[in-house]
Amino acid sequence: MGSFGKKIEKFWDIFYYHDGYTKVVTGLYNTVYIAVVGLAIGIIIGTLIAIVEVIPKYKRLPRILNGFCRFYVGLFRGSPIVVQLLVAYYVILPLLGLNLPAINVCVLVFGFNSGAYVSEIMRGGILSVDVGQMEAGRALGLSYATTMMKIVVPQAVKNILPTLGNEFIALIKETSVVSFVGAADLYVAFSYIGSNSYEFMVPYLVMALIYIVLVMIIAFFVKMMERSLRKSDRRN
Amino acid sequence: MIDVINLKKNFGDLEVLKGITTSIKPGEKVAIIGPSGSGKSTFLRCLNCMEDPTSGQVIFQGVDIADMRVNINIHRRHMGMVFQQFNLFNNKTVIDNIMLAPVTIALHDLRTKKIKNFFIRIRNLFAKNKKELFEINTTKAQIKAEAKENAMRLLKRIGLEDKANNYPSTLSGGQKQRVAIIRALAMNPKVMLFDEPTSALDPEMVGEVLDLIKQLADEGMTMVIVTHEMGFAREVATRVIFMDEGRIVEENTPEELFTNPQNIRTREFLSKVL
Repeated sequence: MGSFGKKIEKFWDIFYYHDGYTKVVTGLYNTVYIAVVGLAIGIIIGTLIAIVEVIPKYKRLPRILNGFCRFYVGLFRGSPIVVQLLVAYYVILPLLGLNLPAINVCVLVFGFNSGAYVSEIMRGGILSVDVGQMEAGRALGLSYATTMMKIVVPQAVKNILPTLGNEFIALIKETSVVSFVGAADLYVAFSYIGSNSYEFMVPYLVMALIYIVLVMIIAFFVKMMERSLRKSDRRN
Repeated sequence: MIDVINLKKNFGDLEVLKGITTSIKPGEKVAIIGPSGSGKSTFLRCLNCMEDPTSGQVIFQGVDIADMRVNINIHRRHMGMVFQQFNLFNNKTVIDNIMLAPVTIALHDLRTKKIKNFFIRIRNLFAKNKKELFEINTTKAQIKAEAKENAMRLLKRIGLEDKANNYPSTLSGGQKQRVAIIRALAMNPKVMLFDEPTSALDPEMVGEVLDLIKQLADEGMTMVIVTHEMGFAREVATRVIFMDEGRIVEENTPEELFTNPQNIRTREFLSKVL
């Protein structure tokens, strides 16, 4: 146990006296930032794709859009996120001649990636809403788009909120790969502490704890949101 | 008001409507009866193009709304529809259910006018012949206040003003259907379409819904009702249509049709249900 105490001392030395905590705070901020903005982009893209997929396909435009969306989902679900990050950062950006900061590339890739997953979740949610809701809206003279956004999607979101919370949690954890393209997340912060103190046990243990606490906080907020959305339901 | 000309509807290979021609005049109350599977609900749903007719015309106020190029949303504003399963918006309170369509549509119109005015102003800067702007005499707040007032008036009429801020899941079937009816009324429709409005209700709640429909009929609303309530059809309707196998078999005044049916199919059906 004595050696463990020494390890904690070493960790604390780097963490507190040698600026380790600023790195951890930046890392935590980046992790949350990538996950939150990524999920926001993902929900927007995912909802649009899901709507395209459930639109009746009499006309040509929906069919073309649908083909494009299928291609998109296939692309982003078909490869690991690390590969997508590397391709985006080392292949697509140079080809386009752009020079974006790594963190922004991560946000975009995570957003596009989660859009593909959210689209399937959202599609399930939209299909779970009774067709009568859409019919009632249309019969009143509202357009397809208006009824979708004001009536169907809100009910769908309520149904899929637990799954969406899962997606968010998965996203938080997946951000631990952003160091592949040089973005500073929690992992980067703690391995910095570890390599400066030649001691990895405590930093990684603390990192694990931070992730767990982060996920618990998110789970709590998802529960709260669910409760407030469920007020139109009979079960409380 | 509505002229239906040779209306046909197929679901895949199944021919549900095999050519229907009839016309509904202002103030008329048309009841559609017939055995299940005869296409009466499909016919009603074709009247406001909830189902797109396979062929034929539905001419409403001079416009063929079965034509796919017509913006159906504009015409549906003038046709209220009431469903068997009520279909109240579950995520909205009762008052929001009633206000949603009038407010959304009025705001949409207001926005379109403003955008058009913007372009006309730009055009007027350069063009010699000045175009007139669209008149805008309401504001957002005014539209909402008016819709709310109207919704409350309608709720008072059915005695549910204290339920205004409740969600539909807390209402009984009869209350839901009455709210659904006034939701359609809030758009000031020219014609009301009822698709078996009492079929999903408990027997004790049928009365309150039928009473409300009767009131509307007495006020002179044009309506088309698909129903299994023969007594109601007889009492309220000015004309009864008997449908079977996708065709209109017989249509007549209720007294004639119920007491002296001409067609053998009508006689068979009536002997079963009366």
